[in-house]
Amino acid sequence: MKLDDLIVGPSPWLQPGGPQSDIILSTRVRLARNVAGRPFSSRLTPEQREELEAWLKKAILKSLEPKGVAWFELEGMPDIDRRCLVERHLISRELAGGEGHRGVAIDPSQRIAVMANEEDHIRLQVYSPGLQLDETWRDADEVDDRIEHEVTYTFSPKLGYLTACPTNVGTGMRASVMLHLPGLVLTKQIEKVFRAVARMRLAVRGLYGEGTQATGDIYQISNQVSLGRSEQDILKTLGAVIPQIIAYERQARDVLATESPKYLDDRIFRAWGLLTHARTISSEETLTLLSAARLGIHMARLKGVDIGAINELFLLTRPGHIQKMRGAELSEAERDIARAEYIRKRLGAT
Amino acid sequence: MLCQRCKKQQATIHLTEILQNEKRERHLCEDCAREEGVAIKAQVNLQDILSGMLEAHQEAGKEAQLTCPDCGITYAEFRNQGRLGCPHDYEVFAGPLGEVFEKVHGAAQHVGKLPHRAGADSHAQRELLQLRRQLQEAIESEHYEEAARLRDLIRDKETAGETR
Repeated sequence: MKLDDLIVGPSPWLQPGGPQSDIILSTRVRLARNVAGRPFSSRLTPEQREELEAWLKKAILKSLEPKGVAWFELEGMPDIDRRCLVERHLISRELAGGEGHRGVAIDPSQRIAVMANEEDHIRLQVYSPGLQLDETWRDADEVDDRIEHEVTYTFSPKLGYLTACPTNVGTGMRASVMLHLPGLVLTKQIEKVFRAVARMRLAVRGLYGEGTQATGDIYQISNQVSLGRSEQDILKTLGAVIPQIIAYERQARDVLATESPKYLDDRIFRAWGLLTHARTISSEETLTLLSAARLGIHMARLKGVDIGAINELFLLTRPGHIQKMRGAELSEAERDIARAEYIRKRLGAT
Repeated sequence: MLCQRCKKQQATIHLTEILQNEKRERHLCEDCAREEGVAIKAQVNLQDILSGMLEAHQEAGKEAQLTCPDCGITYAEFRNQGRLGCPHDYEVFAGPLGEVFEKVHGAAQHVGKLPHRAGADSHAQRELLQLRRQLQEAIESEHYEEAARLRDLIRDKETAGETR
């Protein structure tokens, strides 16, 4: 499996057809693990780092052989490729921007990614389309068990899996759900939802994780607590909260349709007009417009447009992917032109 | 001085009241003061406050200087970076980290998944950490024979741990 094939292929977290996929883009479960008897990543000398990466590569490739994973070395990888992997959520920004020996194992479906020498020695994650908390945990648990055949984890009976940051200690698990909430944003109720979510000790982040802005009305909600609660317990909390947010979002969409249909349609069709006719378009504006188009399709107001194409564009119009498809580094202005061209082509406009 | 009200107990509350420009001093015991509805404010000694603050400050200073013998990180460094240096830090910084757990997780005991392997043997894990540190030092000081010996020792201990 070559990186180039991986980067141009579809991404599982944007596949339509998952449960509640009109609102939930994807579910992710991440586990943080460290190898016993070694300093954490930030305290490794360059030699120790190199040795550990080589060893982890062997261990992970062997244990996940049935999954068909391939290894990608980050050191020396072209900047655009690294960017694309971040945009696909296959690696973290920390791994992309890090230094020294580090790598990632990815399976052909791009549902499984195991990072080595990130903040923790091992960060494994599994993605599923739509809302699938239990299924995603089951798969992550299995991947974890497989790796454990080859690696002895550092573990304390009192504190659980020991991690480089005390906020991850215990289960080492972060389960997160990616939601598209344009209705709550347009009806200005999103803040209310966030306040309620925070009271449940859940965290809200933007499309690209910690410290990123919620662009395209896409939010990630995840557990903050990892100690003192079991994995099932944590999933149960999310499993109780997410359906409520889905219900609020549906309500908000109904309110928009009954109380301000003209405003709603104007927003949707104005976005569609721009997407199919613009000659230069920024990455940020694209997400805003795609969000409105996506809303229009799911509310059956914008008809005859393939939802798969719209979902895919959320990813393929990111700066890394635009440059990857052009096969060259582009300036921001050049990217904006290339992006507008690509969107028009993908949506069958001229 | 005896309480002006009950004239039995020692007066410990001394009030100066000003009523219609008339100054009046009253000396009461605690019981009578309470009965008269006089709020008793604890008489705080400035010296006590200062020494209390100083103690807290020194405590924080001591905390910051806590150092892990295995990886060499201090608590102050951890505070700056937000990342621990090695698993043993969880024991060395147990005190201040306890507060972090309480704040972030509201708990201090793991109840989730358990690893299948005997990776829980923290003594063996620590020994490996220390050996790795010695190995690093041996390499840095160009004691290659010692380094080779340590490398073999680490390998043996790791394989022993895996087959356990």
